Amino acid sequence: MLVIKHRAFFFWLTGIILAAAVASIVFFGLPLSIDFTGGTLVEVQYETERPNLDVLKGEITAIPFGAISLRESGEQGVALRTRTMTPQEQEAVVGILSDNGVRAMTVLRANSIGPSMGAELATKALWAMLAVIVTIMLYIAWAFRRVSKPVPSWGYGIVVVAMLIIDIIVPVGFYAAWTHYTGAQVDVLFVVALLALLGYVVNDVIVIFDRIREHLRRNTEQDIDEEFEITIGKSIDETIGRSINTSLTVVLALLAIIFAGPEVTRDFALVILIGVVIGTFSSIARSAPLLIPLAKLFKGKPNA
Amino acid sequence: MRFATAFAILLISGAIGWFALGTNGPETSFPVRLGLDLAGGTELIYRADTTAVTTDVPGALESLRDVIERRVNIFGVAEPLVQLERSSAVAGAVEERLLVELPGVTDVAAAVDSIGKTPVLEFKLAGPIGEDGVPTFIDTGLTGRYLKTAELQFGSASGGTLANEPIVVLNFNEEGSALFEQITRENVGETLAIFLDGSAISTPVIREAIAGGIATITGQFTPEEGRDLVQNLNFGALPVPIELVSSNTVGPTLGAGSYQAGLDAALVGFIFVSLFMIAWYRLPGLVSVVALIIYVLATIALIKFVPVTLTASGIAALIISIGMAVDANVLIFERMKEELRSGKGPLEAVKIGFGRAWPAIRDGHLTMLISSIILFWLGTSIVKGFALVFGLGVIISLISAVSISRVFLVALLPEKGGGAWKFLTGSGLTF
Repeated sequence: MLVIKHRAFFFWLTGIILAAAVASIVFFGLPLSIDFTGGTLVEVQYETERPNLDVLKGEITAIPFGAISLRESGEQGVALRTRTMTPQEQEAVVGILSDNGVRAMTVLRANSIGPSMGAELATKALWAMLAVIVTIMLYIAWAFRRVSKPVPSWGYGIVVVAMLIIDIIVPVGFYAAWTHYTGAQVDVLFVVALLALLGYVVNDVIVIFDRIREHLRRNTEQDIDEEFEITIGKSIDETIGRSINTSLTVVLALLAIIFAGPEVTRDFALVILIGVVIGTFSSIARSAPLLIPLAKLFKGKPNA
Repeated sequence: MRFATAFAILLISGAIGWFALGTNGPETSFPVRLGLDLAGGTELIYRADTTAVTTDVPGALESLRDVIERRVNIFGVAEPLVQLERSSAVAGAVEERLLVELPGVTDVAAAVDSIGKTPVLEFKLAGPIGEDGVPTFIDTGLTGRYLKTAELQFGSASGGTLANEPIVVLNFNEEGSALFEQITRENVGETLAIFLDGSAISTPVIREAIAGGIATITGQFTPEEGRDLVQNLNFGALPVPIELVSSNTVGPTLGAGSYQAGLDAALVGFIFVSLFMIAWYRLPGLVSVVALIIYVLATIALIKFVPVTLTASGIAALIISIGMAVDANVLIFERMKEELRSGKGPLEAVKIGFGRAWPAIRDGHLTMLISSIILFWLGTSIVKGFALVFGLGVIISLISAVSISRVFLVALLPEKGGGAWKFLTGSGLTF
């Protein structure tokens, strides 16, 4: 009953976390990668010593790229970001970086994306996010269709949406700060992480809602008159253990990716990790308690 | 009966495991198909400009794909992939695209050269001279798309050409022949210009209707140029012009490193999750680990059998799904515990626990399936690699975590609890 008793505290806590996340997004911003803006990324690794970045930069400006970004990557590598290169320019850049074969190095990757492709992905990503949220909302409203008192089934759907939106904003806020300190960027994998997260974090809410659904049904069958608050508090207490354990198993898997997995999926796993942790917290502390004010709202109406 | 089912599942799982792990040698017909980000290689995306094609756009695109495929095969790449794609409907104007995957190729410039530098061949009729004195040309619809073969011949002094003058002979296919005959019949006396890559290379005047579908180009090139032109036309006169919009190259070092790290992480993740399940849920936990092993083997078998191209994001999906696959078991075991506490025997607790946990498990899996389907639609190869493995994982785990672990628990647990069973079916830190 702890969560229900102190639900004002948890709403405030959520508010503070949310405000911090939004502040982080506003303050640090979200640097978009070439996946969205279009452009070229060339990453190479030197076999011996990494040449001086300023010298390299000076040599690269021989090709009229406009603004470029040249950063250290890994132990002995550099990553170059420019506008979209032609294959010939790419060849020339590799020539400059290796000093025409004098400096021993390997090209780790070279990724060129036309501006139109990037813009398309950005539009698609936003649509996908919207589609996932709306579909989940409809599904929840449908899955809880037999429950109508004291909150109609679409009320559960709305609570889920409110929760999903917050569950997305927090890891995005975290990532904004992360990009600031590590030079990471918002790429297509980041979007994948958010979408996968949306599908997963809703599981914990479903477990709690499912328990509420069961209690409500039993109460009706056995003619028990129970405060909605009590029902919700009971449901949370009964399911809190499994909410934590189900997330814990996923967290363990994510830790394995972060510490033992390839570098390409590290930030990706980190975003999901933050999202799963915050999602578990919010489904316990926020989703079901949110039903209480909603129930009061419907009580006020005669036909609710 | 309950033992027979459990035994049957073990046998079937053994067979699946044998398929998943036994077909790994170099000679196997079921290798794991690695994506370019793991195997190393180049992915090129072209935009096809179909604005000039008035009829049968799909047909033109099909032949574009065939032509590029022929070029790529000449390039000598193992298992290349050439496929048509269309930009999504939500992104404004619809674009036709061509995706080319070249495993093992890291020299983008050379690859692009050999794919893209194919001539665009067009036949145009001379129109009225424009105001500024520049001749205009009208599209006839006859293009390189209708070309069957081109060959290089040398003129004899008698045939209206100079001796040893290089002649490029174009043989049209059936459709092209008919079109060529129609154009020549309707425009006797007009100039029918032959355009290569947008510039007129030959401007012969039509003397009579030409049946048989053969046209010749003369006088514009040296024998070497003629040979190159024929080669290019044969390897593929592109039916529609293409433009490179995106290229992605991953070096073999990075790819191999990512693959190894991905496998390591999968093993570490599996061990973490298994230890947790056994430590916390004891006997049922052990059963869930057996179900998890079957889950992993079945997923690998399916990845090989479909086959699903495995990317770094796909491996990440597999690892995450290991953590998610036991979620259903956690829900079921917690339910079982409630039933045990209310005084039911272990066997009955298992049966009730599974039934009660089912609605939440079903709803949870369906929402995950929804997001993986939408992810798959989002599209690029990285995203699809994740979505496919994630979606497969959701479906397989629904079977393995729910039905397989149930069968095993029903086979193992007694009707009455007490004694050692109390410990074995307990959980957490209690004894």
